[in-house]
Amino acid sequence: MGDWSSEIISHIDREHIISLLNKGERSDGRALDEFRPIEIEVGVVPAKAEGSALVRLGDTSVVAGVKVLVGDPFPDSPDEGFVMVTAEMSPMASPLFDIGPPREDAIELARVVDRGVRESETVDIKKLCIEHGKYVYSVFADVYPLEYDGNLIDASSIAVNAALATTRFPEMKVEDDTLVETGNILSIPLTNTAVEVTIAKIGTYLVVDPILKEEMVQDTRLTIAVDENENMTAMQKGGGTGPLTLDEIDQSMGIAIKRSHDIISAIKDAAKTIK
Amino acid sequence: MSPEKKPDNLINAEGLRVDGRRIDELRPIEMKVGVLKQADGSASIRQGKTYIIAAVYGPRELHPRHLTLNDRAYLRVVYRMTTFSVPDRKRPAPSRREKEISMVIANALSPVIFLEEFPKAVIDVFVTVIQADGGTRCAAINAASLALADAGIPMKSLVPSVAVGKAEGQLIVDLGDEEDKYGQGDIPMAILPHTEEIVLLQQDGSFTREEIIEALQMGINSCKYLHEVQKDALKAAYVGATSDEDEENDDEDDDYLDDL
Repeated sequence: MGDWSSEIISHIDREHIISLLNKGERSDGRALDEFRPIEIEVGVVPAKAEGSALVRLGDTSVVAGVKVLVGDPFPDSPDEGFVMVTAEMSPMASPLFDIGPPREDAIELARVVDRGVRESETVDIKKLCIEHGKYVYSVFADVYPLEYDGNLIDASSIAVNAALATTRFPEMKVEDDTLVETGNILSIPLTNTAVEVTIAKIGTYLVVDPILKEEMVQDTRLTIAVDENENMTAMQKGGGTGPLTLDEIDQSMGIAIKRSHDIISAIKDAAKTIK
Repeated sequence: MSPEKKPDNLINAEGLRVDGRRIDELRPIEMKVGVLKQADGSASIRQGKTYIIAAVYGPRELHPRHLTLNDRAYLRVVYRMTTFSVPDRKRPAPSRREKEISMVIANALSPVIFLEEFPKAVIDVFVTVIQADGGTRCAAINAASLALADAGIPMKSLVPSVAVGKAEGQLIVDLGDEEDKYGQGDIPMAILPHTEEIVLLQQDGSFTREEIIEALQMGINSCKYLHEVQKDALKAAYVGATSDEDEENDDEDDDYLDDL
């Protein structure tokens, strides 16, 4: 996910990855534009979280949970609730992650996943208002990586989308100046879904959903959020300083659009299991 | 925003607890070994609604260096709760509670690990609470000792742990969240199963001297049962995997497991 080009990888591995790419192959047998198998388990924190999902992307796995709280609106948007995504690179997930406050790469992960959700206007935040200027629902989706074998961004994006799609919380209303439950159960007002697809550039090749060893040799990566209407809603170039040509960006968008269909339908299928 | 209400009675007229358990009954427990591929060792535990994953890395080089111990490995435990593991969203930064619990877990596990075998190194134990419903520090110890064994760290024994406590004037084992919050006291404990010595002991609430002894005895009995569950979880991860290929070694495996 981050820039691991400074991490040590053997010359043998580096040359192996590149010589395979020269033949159009990858070390795990995938096509260049093929994702690893995606497994989505929803409702993994049923007693405490309003929504949750555990996502496996090959040997990368993350768990995401959603908490819905009632808070004050921001002064400049008195009739809007808000959604926030955070992520932490827990040292549990990889020997490469350190203990301590989040570093740049953890902050990038959280912000890129957050942008994917927010910029696509996935959630109709006006519907998260309880009383104008006073009470709104605030939705927190927090991601914890469990196993890191590359491409935390896409795994996190899938997990956040699946957790949001399966979130159920009690409706509140104001009665005599106090908040009370109405007895209704609400879902997050989702109007769109955008998923992130990450493409690594290694030499002159573009590979989707890179594993850790591919991230270690990548020149750069491009993450593209694609929504249900095939619009790009967020992008991030990171994970290295290598340049991208206009043609490479165009090709990457092509791959991202193609892969986004399967991912969005996998999320929707998983979400159906929660009423 | 998962609203919680205080139950009228923690123990009803039939002597059953809020979740229908008897006073000396543990919650349903499931332990699994080897749940994470990246870690050197890992284990998960589900105890009632509590769900925890533990990962072990090491022995490995210690950073920052000034923590180095010249005669033994440094056992570093980091206990963290996910923000969504509790009814209100937990703030993401580590709390004082999490730091203290990390320390008492390390203190409970240290006596069984041959730390002196790895001077200057660190053994990292990372505990993540996915869902908290009472007894998380004890469940964390149960899972962490399995993760250490899974990592191949030389150990004298596993460490089983349980919380005992008091509700409606009666001593109870394996407190759930409500019993912890609204009960009359809580004693998290962990033991060395072969000697019954106690390696984790904390208490809050109010108990008489006799109650403490009786509660600890109940806890020791529960820990001995948990120790069997731990051994079964290890067997499930290792013996099953090897017996097909190498049947001649089965007896040796069994002898080894009896010694755990």
